[in-house]
Amino acid sequence: MAEEVKLIPQVTPELKPFFDAARHHQLAVQKCDNCGKLRFPPAPLCLACDSPRSSWVAVSGRGTVFSFTVMHRAYHPAFKAPYTLAVIELDEGVKITSNVVGIEPSRVKCGMAVEVMFDRLSDEVTLPRFRPAAG
Amino acid sequence: MSLKGKTAIAGLGITRMGKNYDHSSALGFAAEAISLALEDAGLKRSDLDGLLVTTGVSYQGLASFALQDSLRLTTRLLADVNAGGSSAGTALAMAAEAIATGTANVVACVFADAPLKPPAPGGKGGSAGDAYGVPRGLDSAYGAFGANWVYALLAQRHMYLYGTTQDQLGAIAIAERQWANRNPMAQFYKEPLTLEEYHASRWITEPLHLYDCCLVSNGGVCVIVTSAERARDLRKPPVYILGVGQGHHPGPTLDNLDTGIPIAKETAFRMAGIELKDVQVAELYDCYTITVLLSLEGYGFCKKGEGGPYAAATRLGHGGGIPINTGGGELSSYYMWGMTPVSEAIIQARGEGGERQSPKHDVVLASCQTRNLSTHSVVVMGTNP
Ligand SMILES: [Zn+2]
Repeated sequence: MAEEVKLIPQVTPELKPFFDAARHHQLAVQKCDNCGKLRFPPAPLCLACDSPRSSWVAVSGRGTVFSFTVMHRAYHPAFKAPYTLAVIELDEGVKITSNVVGIEPSRVKCGMAVEVMFDRLSDEVTLPRFRPAAG
Repeated sequence: MSLKGKTAIAGLGITRMGKNYDHSSALGFAAEAISLALEDAGLKRSDLDGLLVTTGVSYQGLASFALQDSLRLTTRLLADVNAGGSSAGTALAMAAEAIATGTANVVACVFADAPLKPPAPGGKGGSAGDAYGVPRGLDSAYGAFGANWVYALLAQRHMYLYGTTQDQLGAIAIAERQWANRNPMAQFYKEPLTLEEYHASRWITEPLHLYDCCLVSNGGVCVIVTSAERARDLRKPPVYILGVGQGHHPGPTLDNLDTGIPIAKETAFRMAGIELKDVQVAELYDCYTITVLLSLEGYGFCKKGEGGPYAAATRLGHGGGIPINTGGGELSSYYMWGMTPVSEAIIQARGEGGERQSPKHDVVLASCQTRNLSTHSVVVMGTNP
């Protein structure tokens, strides 16, 4: 059987804390050390107070589908169309682009509750994706 | 200092569009477009003293340098202009500013791209999508490639918030096709489109069908800008640049569907001394149907959230309101980034639109955008300075 093809993202210095947390099955976002505002993707300055000081904190991993699209072509062999690409609005207010898995793409709706799950791609990289929230 | 009426468009050159393999790279199409624009204006190559070049996805490197060398041009102004799809409006503004301030006198603004490759012997041609590459960031790990998905998210969000329907997006695609069917330069000149065919077309990235997405084109467009005074002595009636503006909204537009349009519009309309009701023809950037819908809202043709019903009722001028995207736009004529709306705006302002010509064309608007409409430029042009 042919080996599964994967598209493993580059672990940049900016995203290393994100991937470190994901390896331990936690979803982490950046937090301003000055005012506490959360942000993702990582950025050099806080958009609320301009402070450059920040750390990473774990969040609940629960949220809702803010918007989504069903990709009907796989531009890379790691993907099998159709699949759902979505922007998730986390309960903590931060948005993250990800996949919604574990549900037929045709049943995904804006506003539906989702929770994070973790997909191990390699020793270094585990990727957070989202599935319909339990219960 | 206002730029209003100080400069004018004197030349327009448009190559054949689409599966055109006359040249192997964007530079060849750029050179051909320049020569067509010089001929159109009645100018010689040696009259040019400014060159602003934008190349699409197919060319890597500094095209302005390569083009200057191949055309043996000595200039006072030379640059690659890259503000993505917004570049055409940016380049025209730079040209007008340079001419008004005495930096240059005759500036060629050119866009060219050659993403399509001819069929290999015995095989199929390369897929258009392949030219757009695969980025390697976090988004790509989730299977987010190209630009289609970003606009699909916008469309989905608009549908969720305002009840916008697939039929309403389809109405935009069909209205543009009807315009293209009157434009001999359009890639879809001879192909009508029905609502049934729209719905039956394959999904690209849901909720965007094939016909919600722009064409892919090989070709080039050149616009020559000079002083109003000089333009009056040239071959074609001058199309005066009345106002230019840019607006760059810190995305993502998805958060609240706010775009760069209001800022760009405010600057350009103030410069031109006009209001929206003075605009008689509009050419709106239309990489996707949702881009047109959000532009109708952004410019104030209708209220925010009402773009769907408005587009379905007015059908870009076929059912009411002013003529919009009269050449068929990027969806149905040719995809030259911002040079698609800009070139058709010039044709309309000159009254050269043939079967698709708007009877009123004294004030014409061309909008250019990129990055989910967060990056925007606009040119207001007209027949009187
Ligand atoms: Zn802060």
